[in-house]
Amino acid sequence: MNHRMLDIQNLSVTFGGLDALKDLNFHVDEGEIVGVIGPNGAGKTTFFNMISGMVSPSSGDILFEGESMVGLDPNQVTERGISRTFQNVRLFANMTILENVMVAQHCRTKQGIFGSLMNTAGFRNEEREIREHAEKVLGFFGTRLTGYRLEQPAAVLSYANRRRLEIARAMATKPRLLLLDEPVAGMNPKESAELTELIGKLRTEWGFTIVMIEHDMNVVRDVSDRVVCLDHGETLAQGSFEEVSNNPDVIEAYLGRPLEKRA
Amino acid sequence: MSATLDQPDSTTTTLVSKGAFDLDWRRVFNTGGLLALGLCFISLAGMPIGLNGRKLIEPVLSLGYLSLLWLPLVIGWTVGNQTVLEGMAATKRGPRDIVAGAAVGLIGGAGLALLILLVNNFDLRDPLVNWSPQLLEVLEFDAGDKVGRTGFGIGLWLIASTTLAAFGASLHLMPNNIRKAVIAATLTVISFAVFETFVIDVVDFLDDLIYAKRGGLKVWSSIALGVIAFTASLSGAGRQVGAYKQAYQANTGPSKRTQTTTLVLVSVALLIVIPMITGKITQELFANIGIFLLLALGLNIVVGLAGILDLGYVAFFAVGGYTTAVLTSPNRGDSWPDWFPLMPWWGALPITIVVAGVVGLFIGAPVIRMRGDYLAIVTLGFGEIIRILFLSDWLGGYFNGAQGITNVPPADFGFMEVKGTDPRAVFYLVLVFAAISIYVSWRLERSRLGRAWMAIREDESVAEAMGINTVNMKLMAFVVGAILASFSGAIFAAKVGSIFPTSFLILISIIILVVVIVGGMGNIMGVIVGAVVLIGVLGGPKQPGLLAELGQYKLLIYGALLIWMMLQRPEGLVPNARRSRELHQDEFLQDAWLKGEVDTDDEDLPEGAQA
Repeated sequence: MNHRMLDIQNLSVTFGGLDALKDLNFHVDEGEIVGVIGPNGAGKTTFFNMISGMVSPSSGDILFEGESMVGLDPNQVTERGISRTFQNVRLFANMTILENVMVAQHCRTKQGIFGSLMNTAGFRNEEREIREHAEKVLGFFGTRLTGYRLEQPAAVLSYANRRRLEIARAMATKPRLLLLDEPVAGMNPKESAELTELIGKLRTEWGFTIVMIEHDMNVVRDVSDRVVCLDHGETLAQGSFEEVSNNPDVIEAYLGRPLEKRA
Repeated sequence: MSATLDQPDSTTTTLVSKGAFDLDWRRVFNTGGLLALGLCFISLAGMPIGLNGRKLIEPVLSLGYLSLLWLPLVIGWTVGNQTVLEGMAATKRGPRDIVAGAAVGLIGGAGLALLILLVNNFDLRDPLVNWSPQLLEVLEFDAGDKVGRTGFGIGLWLIASTTLAAFGASLHLMPNNIRKAVIAATLTVISFAVFETFVIDVVDFLDDLIYAKRGGLKVWSSIALGVIAFTASLSGAGRQVGAYKQAYQANTGPSKRTQTTTLVLVSVALLIVIPMITGKITQELFANIGIFLLLALGLNIVVGLAGILDLGYVAFFAVGGYTTAVLTSPNRGDSWPDWFPLMPWWGALPITIVVAGVVGLFIGAPVIRMRGDYLAIVTLGFGEIIRILFLSDWLGGYFNGAQGITNVPPADFGFMEVKGTDPRAVFYLVLVFAAISIYVSWRLERSRLGRAWMAIREDESVAEAMGINTVNMKLMAFVVGAILASFSGAIFAAKVGSIFPTSFLILISIIILVVVIVGGMGNIMGVIVGAVVLIGVLGGPKQPGLLAELGQYKLLIYGALLIWMMLQRPEGLVPNARRSRELHQDEFLQDAWLKGEVDTDDEDLPEGAQA
């Protein structure tokens, strides 16, 4: 359980004069669920973009299973086993639900032009496997994304289902580490409770290690083994949910300073 | 596919009656002004003069007059268009529509009348070449030197424009089947008149029967054709075809495969048989369509599937043509070493393919990292660079510069020799390669690669984050496109027998792109329809189509058509379902909502739920 999966060392990134992340140290052990919280603009999404290779850091290192991820393209990072969802759901809206999940298995499959043109046995087997895996992943969310929905474009889905499909798509890349960017944003309490349970299952049934950005503190409390609070690109506090939520700095970052303390 | 219906058939829509003169005058004046501008523009572009020599119905109608007369008819129809939304009030059809049409026509006619007066009294011939007595003569209906000819011309145009526009508007009032029949009759007569050479080429005996000696339909035969088409349409000939089509589309069972196979086999058989019974003109036409179709199919993979806007696609056509010419023609440049082989066409083909692929890789590698508009501009540049390289003195020893490579021998297959003087053989060869291209497009679209291309087209950054190597995938599309284009180049070299840099102008890239866009981007059937309609009817950049008379106006019509398509039907003539969804997403979602397909509740679906 203590195998260190992701190790982030002295990571900084600046956009012009803005320090989006300052000297960040962070690690994730295999099998953990880590919640990342922090007020808006704290650098949480930049943090994810950096791990997934969409933004490169100014300094510092990201080690995944001992290998540096700095300088790799996003697709290479995904290939190494890190997958993510997006805060502002970014599905392939005009592809069907099935295709969305099938295309995510791209880096795990290899049939090229020859196989496609000749319709070889290898090609057909792989297509079947891709489809089976896609259906299995979609089945994780009950019947919402299966049945006749498989062939519908992702654009017709409700907001909550789009979020689910995003998670399904990330799962389909067969990652070891899953980065979820606000998975329950915009969901009603019932839906978010249900998804919280599913996130737990992602670890127990699918064996994913999870880092999750979330604003809904109930969700963070229910599933996280450990919570990290970021503010202004720096780690404000780390530890169990109780420790972090009672940390005076964290409370100040969210609510501001009490009146009498102001100078 | 759209949430708006022209004919209110929904129970939720209420119809409101309005008086005959209670019009949306603003719209009437705007549309009328548009009509007037359109008529004057066409006149000053010289179409009535240039096309007047081509008689459609002897002696009543020439292509020149048709170039003006269609406009009031169509605009008269459009002014009556109304958007009827579910649950909203709509205006009842009535005399009001005809009044609106007539008013629009009158304004348009007045515009043309004003032009006649102006041409009569001022001389603007310096900037406007067609501001000429010839134009006046045509616009005044060849009235000669008669007194009052101007008044005659003006009066007739006012009447013609008003009547046609009112007629166009009145189409809205007709019952559906009558309207269809009227449109069918009109289109049939015009098609028979316009495609005279083609019809005669296919069915020789019709020449003396329905066409006049100096060209054009005879008056009685045009009436007969109209009546035949009208009755055929009324009796439901079209409905039968429509019913078959619907049954085919609705069929999802295993028998669909057999149906599709039969359909394909029958079409192929027809394509093989038809050139045997037609004359040279049709065969030549088929060959040209085929060569451009090959190019369009390749570009469709690049633009339609992978979403890479390649404006320099002609480069690969040129590479294919030049490679074949260099490998087969004794007249290639002098600088080639002696050991460099001369070989038959089919021997050169594999080398051509490899060379095209490599060139695609070399051009693609630096270009493909760019996105969107930047990529389009850079490909445009490379398209020109390739042509200029072939033209240059620097490589003159290899490619003969502007003199080009002549004496490219025919492609000899033993049983068939493919050369320019035998367009039928060219067509058969093109057919084989078109079949290959279609197969390649069809297989790739439904494979892992096709899905990756689609994802890249939708959102490149997300595709990359989902593990797709976007650079490799885009490069692959680029190279596949290059290879398909080189097929076309190789056949072109054998067909024309000589290769010049001027055969590969950037215009070809543009025309092919228009074929793909107008036909329906991302849809193989659409590309075929686009090639047949545009290259077949209007013609390629240098190749005449059925309307050879259009000549200098060809590009004007290409441009106008492209603009019209972008405004009215951006998804193309035969749209790709996915693409039209992209372009009409709001309407699509509205429709899905009306049909109850959008999922609004997030509960699990009951067991066995079906849409």
